[in-house]
Order: sequence, then structure tokens, then C-alpha cells
Amino acid sequence: MFGRRSELPLKGDATSKFLPWLVALMVYLSAVAVAAVFVLNGLIDRWDRDVAGTLTVQVMPVPGESGDALTEERVRQAVELIRRTHGVEAVRALDKRQITALLEPWLGSADVVKDLPLPRLIDVSVDPGVRLDLGLLAERLGKAVPGVSLDDHRVWLSRLINLSRTTGWVAIAIVVLIGCVTSATVIYATRTGMAVNRGIIEVLHLIGARDDYIARQFADRAFALGFAGGVLGLALAVPTLTMIGWAARRVEGGFLPQLTVSLPGWVVVALLPLAAALLAMLTARLTVHGTLARMP
Amino acid sequence: MRHRPRGEHIIRFDGVGLRYGLGPEVLQDINFALPSGSFHFLTGASGAGKSSLLRLMYLGLRPSRGRVMLFDKDIALTKRYELPALRRRIGVVFQDFRLLDHLSALDNVALPLRVRGVRESEVHKHVPELLGWVGLAEHLNARPSTLSGGQKQRVAIARAVIGRPDLLLADEPTGNVDDHIAMRLLYLFEELNKLGTTVVIATHNEHLVGRFAHHSRLHLEHGTVRQGS
Ligand SMILES: Nc1ncnc2c1ncn2[C@@H]1O[C@H](COP(=O)(O)OP(=O)(O)OP(=O)(O)O)[C@@H](O)[C@H]1O
Ligand SMILES: [Mg+2]
Repeated sequence: MFGRRSELPLKGDATSKFLPWLVALMVYLSAVAVAAVFVLNGLIDRWDRDVAGTLTVQVMPVPGESGDALTEERVRQAVELIRRTHGVEAVRALDKRQITALLEPWLGSADVVKDLPLPRLIDVSVDPGVRLDLGLLAERLGKAVPGVSLDDHRVWLSRLINLSRTTGWVAIAIVVLIGCVTSATVIYATRTGMAVNRGIIEVLHLIGARDDYIARQFADRAFALGFAGGVLGLALAVPTLTMIGWAARRVEGGFLPQLTVSLPGWVVVALLPLAAALLAMLTARLTVHGTLARMP
Repeated sequence: MRHRPRGEHIIRFDGVGLRYGLGPEVLQDINFALPSGSFHFLTGASGAGKSSLLRLMYLGLRPSRGRVMLFDKDIALTKRYELPALRRRIGVVFQDFRLLDHLSALDNVALPLRVRGVRESEVHKHVPELLGWVGLAEHLNARPSTLSGGQKQRVAIARAVIGRPDLLLADEPTGNVDDHIAMRLLYLFEELNKLGTTVVIATHNEHLVGRFAHHSRLHLEHGTVRQGS
């Protein structure tokens, strides 16, 4: 790829002055975004584990004459709705006797307990492979059946997971956008380079050079510039990311367990300069082919 | 050496017309056919369209109408990716040389070989030999901008013939050199012609045409070409 012959005087043109800096900035921003994706995924995994497994739904008892029957009906409705939810493996409503049995060790005599307005409990086991949106389930239950509540802490975690996941997608979209901007710049730079060297390109063309012979010279140059810029961007990104990780570790509480980038994250970040260089190379090559196709 | 059946036409124009943009037709109704291995002078007043006709022949332009047959291929029906192979069979000496200023004389002449992927050892054997032949042995590494007009012209000619083309098109190749060198260059073209190359030389130089009167002549006038001998 390097040291290949080039008849076009592309070294030292205007492009070589600005393209590496631009790519450096782009790789820097991408590195931060990619790192954010990996950090978020780490958090999500951890929170997911906390959310998975079994959870408990409470149905508040309805007071009054026909209260028992009404409560029973609400439990039935809730069970029905939960059962129809994707990702739920089993639903089991604990009947009054089981609940009193649970409470007996604390409250003693079963007779006293029997008359207390105790909330009814529903045991739900969730398929660990399915990401159950607890926030959504809580909302639907609340709408359909009055007096029902889902384990609060877990609903909150579930919402946090959703937020993190959205943020992750936003970060990925940013990386894609950065790629597009880089490509657009390379297209512009390549077109400029072609216009400047128009006479030389024409001679090569008339002598019988294939389009790819010319395209390759631009592509090689774009690769070299992109890679140089990418390495620079990476060199700036690594200290930034390390510092963020270091700062996070200092405020480490139970809530933000690991704000550091995992090993696969570092590998992806390290590959960014290469990715940028390949993108620049491919873009330049396609641009030259597109422009040359208009020559006779 | 490639096999070239004699008697076949290497290039043929049928009812060809050319206009630049929306301008008038510079060439109108051009009809001629050049047998393989022939030698021609292309004459005509300044502005008659000699360079334009050569441009059509080396595929630097497409005609506005009519049919161009090159090496038995209708250019209009030829796929784009097949054109470089045709262009490599043509050597061109441009009127304004079109040397690449940032490359040495040697690298300029080497272009057609390198474009073809010829090995560097071959390049470094043949190119200095040919440059020596046109009297530029001392200037292998000189940039074109440091050469005289006549020296540039000889570099341009060397670049046109280095690939042993089947068709050699030269636009005023002797415009900047003295008679002695002009004769020498024409002998070089004749040598190539003896090896089978079809040669077309556009020139004003009636004196030179007279010296080589045994070659046929294409005369451009009023947008059409008259073929004589
Ligand atoms: N690129 C161009 N765009 C527009 N018109 C052109 C172009 N090139 C040539 N012409 C016109 O075409 C006509 C023929 O020009 P051409 O250069 O082919 O003549 P020529 O016979 O080679 O002249 P000379 O002997 O002076 O080199 C001229 O009238 C010229 O103005
Ligand atoms: Mg001319």
C-alpha cells in the first residue's frame, strides 16, 4: 500500500494540511462516543441482571362488604394480563392462606391475621433471556387494574436501562454521522485534488491508464493522511478516556459501579484510526471513479 | 511484435462531424480509411482542424456524428473498460507536448510502460536507450521546465513511441527543432513504420512533406479531408 509509485504530485498539497487534523478530531470524538457505548452497555448488563429473575406484584385489598370478591377479581385480572406479557415464564397468585402462613412467624396467631386487610401478592418469574420492560408493564397494569403496584426499585432500574439504551443508540448515530462528515470532506478534497491535477490526469488517461490506476493514487494518499490523522486523534483520546475513568473511580458509589471502558471497548477504540483511514481510502477511490466516468 | 494483418484498415472515419459545445462544426463529413502500416502527412492551414482530427483519432474526443472505427472496433459501441487497451496501442505527440513538469524526462517517457505495469528493470533498460537515441542521454533526470522547446519535443516523441504503438499520431512534431533534428525524427518515425506502426503526422512544414513526398497526404480544407498521395 505504501511506497507504491505515484505520478500525481499529491504530496504537500492543500489537502495534506487540513485532512489529518479533521480526521484527528473525528477520531477523537468517535473514540469518546464509542467508549460511552461500551460503558453504558456494561451498566445495562449489570442492571439487567438485577432486574431479571422473579419479581413481585402487589394488589391492595378492597375494603368493605364485597371487598374480598372484588380483590379476588383484581388479582385474577392482573394475573391474566401478566401471563399475556412476552417474556413471562410463570405467574402464581398466592392465596390468602399462603400469605397468612408467610406472616405467621412474625404475627403469631393465624386468627388475628385472617381479619387483617392484607395485600395480595403475585409471584412472576421472568425468562432471563428476555429483556422485559418493567416500566411498560407497570404502566399497563396500573391502567387495567386499580390498586396494583410493581416492585418500585426494579421499575426505576428498568427505566434507567431504557434511557441508557437510547443514549447508546444516540452515541452510535453520532459515530455514523462523524463517518459521513469525514466522507464528505474526503470527497471534497479528492475533487479539489482532481481539478488541480486535471492536466496530468488527462495525460494518464490518454496514455491508456485505467481509471483504477489513477484512483489508486488518490486512495493511497487518502489512506496515509487518514491514518496519520487517526493516530493523532487516538493519541488525544486515550488520556481523555483514562482521566474520565479515573475520575469516575473516585466518586465510586454503589450506583455507578464501573465507569471504565472494557477491554473490547479499548480494542474498538484502537481500531478507529484504521477504520478512518479505510473509510477515507474507499471514499477517495469511489470519488475518482465517479469523476473519471465522465471522461470520453 | 503483435501480429498485424496488412491491408486491413487500422482506422476508419465514416461521415464524421465534430463541433465544440454549441459552436459551428469544425469538422464536417470526414471520410477516410488508413491501411495498417501506412504513413501519412496531415496538412491544412492553421485552424483547419488538424489537432481536432487527431484528437478524435486518439479518443480524446467523441465525434458529434458519424462513425469512428479503430482497430476494427466501432468506438461508439465499445465498452468504457475496453478503451484503455485501445489507447495503449496509440502513441501521441501532443502539439503542446503535455509533459508532466514534476517528473524527470526519464519518468515522463516511462509513463506508458508503467501504466501498463511493465517491470522497472525493463523500464530502466529501454527508456534511457530511447532517450539516448533522440539525443537526450545527458538529460535523463532533467525536469521538462529546464529543457529547451526542441528537447521537450523529443521527450514527448520518446514517450509516444516507447510502447511500440500500432498507431502513432504526431501533432507538429518538428515545430520546434532545426532541420537536421527534424530529419532525424522523421527517420525515427520511418523506422517505426517499417516495424509496422501506422504513422500520421500533422504538419505545416511543406518543405518537410516535400522531402518525404513518397508518403501519402491527408489534406484538411473546409472541414473535410482530401486523401492524396
Ligand atoms: N477546445 C476547443 N474548444 C472550442 N473550439 C476549439 C477547441 N479546439 C479547437 N477549436 C476550434 O476548432 C478549430 C480547429 O482547431 P484545431 O486546433 O483543430 O486546428 P489546427 O489545424 O490544429 O490548427 P494549428 O495548425 O494552428 O494547430 C479552430 O477554429 C479552433 O478555434
Ligand atoms: Mg493544431
